Amino acid sequence: MITIEGVSKNYGSNKAVDRVSFQANDREILVLLGTSGCGKTTTLKMINRLVEPDNGTIYIDGKNIREQKPEALRKNIGFVMQQAGLFPHYNVAQNIAVVPNLLNWEKQKIESRTLQLLEKLHLTEELLNYFPHELSGGQQQRIGVARALIADTSVLLMDEPFGALDTITKSAIHDEFKNLDELRNKTTILVTHDVSEAFELGHRIGLMDKGKLIQIGSPAEILYHPANSFVKDFFAGNRLMFEYKIASVKMVQPYLKKQLKAQERIQNANVWEALQFFSTEHTFNEDYEALLQAFNQYRKLQTV
Amino acid sequence: MTEQQSFWEFIIAQHEKLLLQIGQHLGLTFLSLLLAIAVGIPLGVLISRRRTLSTLVLGMAGIVQTVPSIALLGFMIPLFGIGAKPAIIALLIYALLPIIRNTYAGVTGVDPVVVEAATALGMNKNQRLFKVEFPLAMPVIIAGIRTAAVINVGVATLASFVAAGGLGEFIFGGISLNNSNMILAGAIPAALLAVMLDLIIGYLQKSTLKTLRRVFYILGVILIATGLYFLFSTKPEHKIIAGFTPEFMGRQDGDLGLRSIYGLKLNPLVVSDAIMYEAAYQAKLDLISGYSTDGRIKAFDLVVLEDDKTIFPPYYAAPIIKTRTLKKFPGLEETLNLLAGKINDSIMTNLNYKTELLKQTPEKVAKDFLVSQHLYKKANLGTGETIRIGSKIFGEQYILLEMYKMLIEGYTNYKVETKTGLGGTKICFDALMNDAIDFYPEYTGTGLLVLLKPSEKTIAKVSKDSRQTYVYVQREFKKQYSLQWLKPIGFNNAYALMMRRSQAQELHIRTISELGNYCAEK
Repeated sequence: MITIEGVSKNYGSNKAVDRVSFQANDREILVLLGTSGCGKTTTLKMINRLVEPDNGTIYIDGKNIREQKPEALRKNIGFVMQQAGLFPHYNVAQNIAVVPNLLNWEKQKIESRTLQLLEKLHLTEELLNYFPHELSGGQQQRIGVARALIADTSVLLMDEPFGALDTITKSAIHDEFKNLDELRNKTTILVTHDVSEAFELGHRIGLMDKGKLIQIGSPAEILYHPANSFVKDFFAGNRLMFEYKIASVKMVQPYLKKQLKAQERIQNANVWEALQFFSTEHTFNEDYEALLQAFNQYRKLQTV
Repeated sequence: MTEQQSFWEFIIAQHEKLLLQIGQHLGLTFLSLLLAIAVGIPLGVLISRRRTLSTLVLGMAGIVQTVPSIALLGFMIPLFGIGAKPAIIALLIYALLPIIRNTYAGVTGVDPVVVEAATALGMNKNQRLFKVEFPLAMPVIIAGIRTAAVINVGVATLASFVAAGGLGEFIFGGISLNNSNMILAGAIPAALLAVMLDLIIGYLQKSTLKTLRRVFYILGVILIATGLYFLFSTKPEHKIIAGFTPEFMGRQDGDLGLRSIYGLKLNPLVVSDAIMYEAAYQAKLDLISGYSTDGRIKAFDLVVLEDDKTIFPPYYAAPIIKTRTLKKFPGLEETLNLLAGKINDSIMTNLNYKTELLKQTPEKVAKDFLVSQHLYKKANLGTGETIRIGSKIFGEQYILLEMYKMLIEGYTNYKVETKTGLGGTKICFDALMNDAIDFYPEYTGTGLLVLLKPSEKTIAKVSKDSRQTYVYVQREFKKQYSLQWLKPIGFNNAYALMMRRSQAQELHIRTISELGNYCAEK
């Protein structure tokens, strides 16, 4: 658990981060969302002391981070960067093993843990001898994630981790990432400017603007109960799509008037996915109508 | 073809000396380079950490780089004496700038994203430096070392000026002895060394980190080995430490004559005449080969040993000029001869003393002298053609050149252009033969022994008497080169062996024979 209390950072007269407070819970992915320069990355980097705050305090699992040496603190925090930030003179195996080597792990332990992660991230073993410049952007980013996960820290920080990827690669990685069991026991904070990524991955979303945290809450809370017009306007463009996406078929289920024909095939999907699936075949026209009606019922109750 | 053969003959005859010089040259280059690496890389890292220092450090290294090498070597003598030590330190200073600059550029040029990644993963400053910044900056740092290595091979030739040996002994000896084979025997290996080092280091630049680490260990071993070599090899224990110029080393009226006629085997160090007197004065050397009219004899309180078996032929100075040139410039001969017979040994020594010790400019000394002789005339406007005067690279020649310039400008309508500091006899003489200059003051002895090089019998015959020497060179130069020796200026600037007055008195040495006897005692 990460607790941030009244943290500020100024660069000259520019307030990069202005009295921000929030808490990131165990086993959740908290997304800090905002446009460039809103202070989200600065906030993130204060957690592993890449940036030192001017004011305020940060606790990890109840311990003030100032009371530890920065190097020791950072070894217990996984960090994924925007450009992967792999070491160009190390091959993949060496890149993944950086932190374990700093922690003086045994060779065998490093090897088995590396192989375990490769499998989970759908990477082949032969990549281990490649150098970063020989990899695709998606592969580099996965290696970056593996490097951050290897020491199995309780905190994972991600700074626009998928920002440099094309849309298709990105959505593939999103899917893998969401289902990664490695994240189950962690507090993850992910910074992004990509609204769909925030809704895709975030258990909770914190929206930032001009150094301030404007609103923090679950996707549904943010969407249906915006704190002010800024939040409302921020999602205006894709609002409807997000509404469909954050509602799972299971959540809408109680409002269905009749059993769906293709019930089994959309069991674990969200409404958006289910509707897309139904719209491809005429035979599902009835299902399409029924689900849409049920969703409208559900939505009515959310906005009250 | 005969030229080619004689070059190989020279190499074969001198191969021991050549190998020694190559060894010394490599030793000087490597040792200074490794020391420069040991100093330069940490400095480069330091200024990459504290950027405010970078302008200062890079500026300083840049300024030192611009100091002429021979001047830098000169500064080293009072501090470090002569031999390998001052040479290595001077070379070290020259190698510093490229190494510091490239280390700085390499370390600051590492992608900040990668550095941040290293920090974020929990590396401390040292881990970041050695695991990330150094390896990534290595190609740039090695490029700097490569530049420094090539510079050092070149500058190391000048090490012979301070008795540190190296291929400069052949190169500068060859230039002053007019011996092309000797020059090439020094220059070709020096060039090859530079090219080889460049290729080897260029190869390292592209190699992997593992190879690099291995190479660094090997270099460490070389460093220690050459260091020990210099430590134990450069301390010859002789009663009398002699330092001779490269020219003197190879001449019959020099070290060769001392060996054959006086039986004096001194094992001398090879040293530049620019710093020889200073070194003698500082008691780094006991015996030097100087010139009898040198002002520094007076300045540094040295005493000339009497040449009791006359191995040094007379060196009367006179301008040499092409017969063709004299015809081209009517009135020039009479003007130049105005100086004939006007300056004797003591006057010349005194004039030299004024420039060497009293630091008067050659121009002022020349003018004062001409005025005192009622020879000085105000310069004409000079509407005629230009006459180019050359001089060798020492004070006396500068004074003579100024006098000739004033005389020509005062007595004729020609314009004058001066080309001072033409390194040695060979350079001056070649410049004259190739019409790069019109005349320069030369010495009869040099003309005889360095340029004409007649048989030993002829030398023995004509060098006993100054008049005979002059007549002989006059005749032969006209015949062989169509060159004229004008009338002698009057002084005799012969070679001479000299010691500190105090030491000579203490050891009761007045003549070269007495020196020989002293050295023969055990």
